[in-house]
Formats: sequence, structure tokens, C-alpha cells
Amino acid sequence: MSVKDKVIEIIAEQAVLEPGDVSMESTLEDLGIDSLGLVESIFAIEEEFDVSIPFNANEPTESDFDISNVQSIVLGIEALIAEQKV
Amino acid sequence: MHRVVITGMGTVNALGHDVSETLEAMREGRCGIGDLDFQDVDRLSIKIGGQVRGFEAEGRYNRQQMSLYDRFTQFTLAAAKEAIEQSGITFAGETAAKSGVVLGTAGGGVSTWDANYRSVYEEGKNRVHPFVVPKLMNNAAASHVSMEYNLKGPSFTVSTACASSNHAMAQAFQMVRSGLAPAMITGGSESMLCFGGVKAWEGLRVMSKDACRPFSANRNGMVQGEGAGIFVFEDYEHARARGAEILCEVIGFAMSSDASDIVMPSKNGAARAMSGALADAKVDRSDVCYINAHGTGTAANDKTECAAVADVFGPHADSLMISSTKSMHGHLIGGTGAVELLACIMALRDGVIAPTIGYEEPDPECALDVVPNEAREASVTVAISNAFAFGGMNAVLALRKI
Repeated sequence: MSVKDKVIEIIAEQAVLEPGDVSMESTLEDLGIDSLGLVESIFAIEEEFDVSIPFNANEPTESDFDISNVQSIVLGIEALIAEQKV
Repeated sequence: MHRVVITGMGTVNALGHDVSETLEAMREGRCGIGDLDFQDVDRLSIKIGGQVRGFEAEGRYNRQQMSLYDRFTQFTLAAAKEAIEQSGITFAGETAAKSGVVLGTAGGGVSTWDANYRSVYEEGKNRVHPFVVPKLMNNAAASHVSMEYNLKGPSFTVSTACASSNHAMAQAFQMVRSGLAPAMITGGSESMLCFGGVKAWEGLRVMSKDACRPFSANRNGMVQGEGAGIFVFEDYEHARARGAEILCEVIGFAMSSDASDIVMPSKNGAARAMSGALADAKVDRSDVCYINAHGTGTAANDKTECAAVADVFGPHADSLMISSTKSMHGHLIGGTGAVELLACIMALRDGVIAPTIGYEEPDPECALDVVPNEAREASVTVAISNAFAFGGMNAVLALRKI
């Protein structure tokens, strides 16, 4: 399964949706994921890909990780995998 | 001063997943203590406990709830549902704004601590689930009850070891009696039956390897239990106005501190709590027909408690009944007073005294009518419930038939 599909699967599970209902343009807010849901999703993604995501819930927009939509999350994870696997 | 009544009760414990199963087991003198079943139990020297069987979180709670509910919260919510449904009370408007939740627990989310310590120390993981803190905190159960039932008044958690529930219920009682709240959800819960929880108790060398036999000369220690007991304490006029069924009246309480030793109980501290509760309830000692004992089955507690009863009640001590239901459900630590209050309600409402099971040999230092092994029918008008905690903190509640 690609990184994209796995991330979508994790986010869909958190949002209690089918993966097909999650588009790359969806924001977490669109999907009904609140702040607790967000940290839980980040935890699930870290567990899945064995990466450490630089995210601080106090200042989500300041974090070095873009969560503005599903696309940006997927790109961020791919970058982290490339970086942290080296 | 407002009169305070109990209009709902709920429980999960080793004897049953609800009140009717629990009271039936108490009437039959059934023992809920058995072999413990959890990871690494083979590394324990104490392998028995009053473990709740067949209580599956799956199906009962959704995925999000499961990630936030430690077992002590799961027990609490199941018991609260039963109590609030029985009461028929709904929390809206002024009633919601003024009513709250006061619960007791000694350890809170012990199995969440245990599982996550295991994960980071033993398994070497460096990441824990984001909800570890909101899941293990001692007030988690009270918070979830307040959220589930829209209780917006004073809510908090009391932690006084083995007296936690009695201290919590005493607080709730005061709030309703003073007119601060029309109703309070109260009681307590505990879930320490995991490797770390039992290992800690093992260290103290006060645990029995085979059975809890309160007041019996051959008693050899306490046995841990788990579960919850939750009640609706309500203003009598409020309950009457809505036509609620009243289970019994709470008429008084007292708290005392031994101020002497961190583990050894004191006769004087226990006696002051019992006599204080009678004074607060304005009843004569001769009115008390039943005492639900703290009765842990340790050498120290049982003889000290009996001596305190003899001091407080004088010659009447020989004509009242005193039993310890810990012999059946184990010691629920911070939740124990709440589950034991069910035995008081059964005595007052149904006229059935729960027995002290496992009683084999009379002990001259516990020479009271401990209702050995078999339940008894008796008409009880006033009952008291004792809880004497490590740290010398005591809380006794007094109840009356209605």
C-alpha cells in the first residue's frame, strides 16, 4: 500500500468515513476531525511509518509539518520517511 | 437542612454486572474471588482476586471512547447508567447547573499506567498513545459521567485509599443536605487488578493467598477486588415531586483522622468516626441494627474494628449485626465503600443481611455477630457503613429505612 493510501486509510478511520470519501483536498476540519482526533491521527501515522512528526498542538501552524489538507500531510510524511530512513 | 435520599444505584463488581446480580450473590453468600487472569500473573505470589469477568469494553463503547476510558472509567460509566436509569432523573436547566459528580478512587487508571510503563520500559517503545494522560487521571471517571449526563455543578474526585468512596459519598451528601445541589452522582470505582497493581500490594505482605475471611480466627489477609458502585443522592422533596422510587435515606456521616500511623489502624479513630456519624444523624446507638464493616480480613483491621464497635455501642454491640461483604467481592480499595453501600440498602429495603462468608473459627478478639456464612432476614431501620483507610483516614455513613 502506498504512503498516500495508508495515510488516507488512517484519516478515514479517525473520521469514521470510507477511504473513498477522503479526497486529497479535504481538510481535517472538512472531515470532522477535532484537535484530539488530530493528535490521535498523528500518533497512528507515526506508528505506521515509524517516523517522528514535529507537531505541537499549541501552535499547529508554527510546526514544521503542514496539516492544512490531506495532500500536505501525505507530502509531509513522504518527506519525513525519506529524511528519517537515511 | 434538606433530607437526602438515594433514588438510584448501579454497580459492576466480581459478584455481578448490575445490582440485582450482586444482591442475589450476597443473599446466597456466593464468593466472587478466584484465580486472577492477566499478563504476567505467573510472576506474582498473590494469584487470587475479585476480578470482574466477562465485562467486555468492545461492543459497549465505541473506538474513540475505548481510547479514552480506562477500566475504572468503564466500570463507572456502566454503573452510573444503571443508577441514573433507575432513578429516572434527568439533568436539564437549573438541576443540571447545580448537580455534580463526586467519586472516589485510590489509583485511578492503574492499568493504563501499567500498560504504558510496560510499553516504554519493557518493550523499549519511545512513543505512547496521545490519550494516556486523560485516560489515567483520577478524575477521568467523574469527568466522563459529568459529560455523559450533563452535570454542570460541583464535580471532583476524592482519593483517600480504602475510604475514598465513603469520603466521596459524604461530600455528595453534604452538598445535597445543605441545599447546594438538588442531586449528586456519587460512589467510586477501582481497577488495580493488573501486574503492577497487585505487585505493589504484594509488597506490603498483607494479602491472603487463598481467601478473605474477615473476623475468622484463621484469617490471613485481604484479597483485592475491582469494580464500581454509583448512586444518585437526591433532595427528598425533589425526589418526591417527581415521584421517584426512594431506596433509603442518608441521615448522617462523620470523618476522622487517626493522626498516628500510615498503615496501622487506630481503635480511637474508628470509634470517633462511628460515634460522629450517629451524632450527625441524631440517632441513638441502640437504633443501629446493622454495620457494614470495613472488615478487610487482616489481623489488624478486624480486631481493631471490633474493639471500636464495642467501645461505641457498649452492651448493644452484642445485639447488632456486623458483616463484611469483602469476603465475597474482595476489597475494591477506593471503590469498596460504594459497593458495600449496596449491602446496607439491601438490609434496609429488603430486610436481608449479607453474610460474612469464609468464616471458619471464632476469634475472641472479634466476638460480635458477624452473620457468618449465611444471609439472614431481619428488619433494619438504621445501618452504618464503615471505611477505614491506610493513612488513618476514616469515613462512616449512616442510613435509614424509608
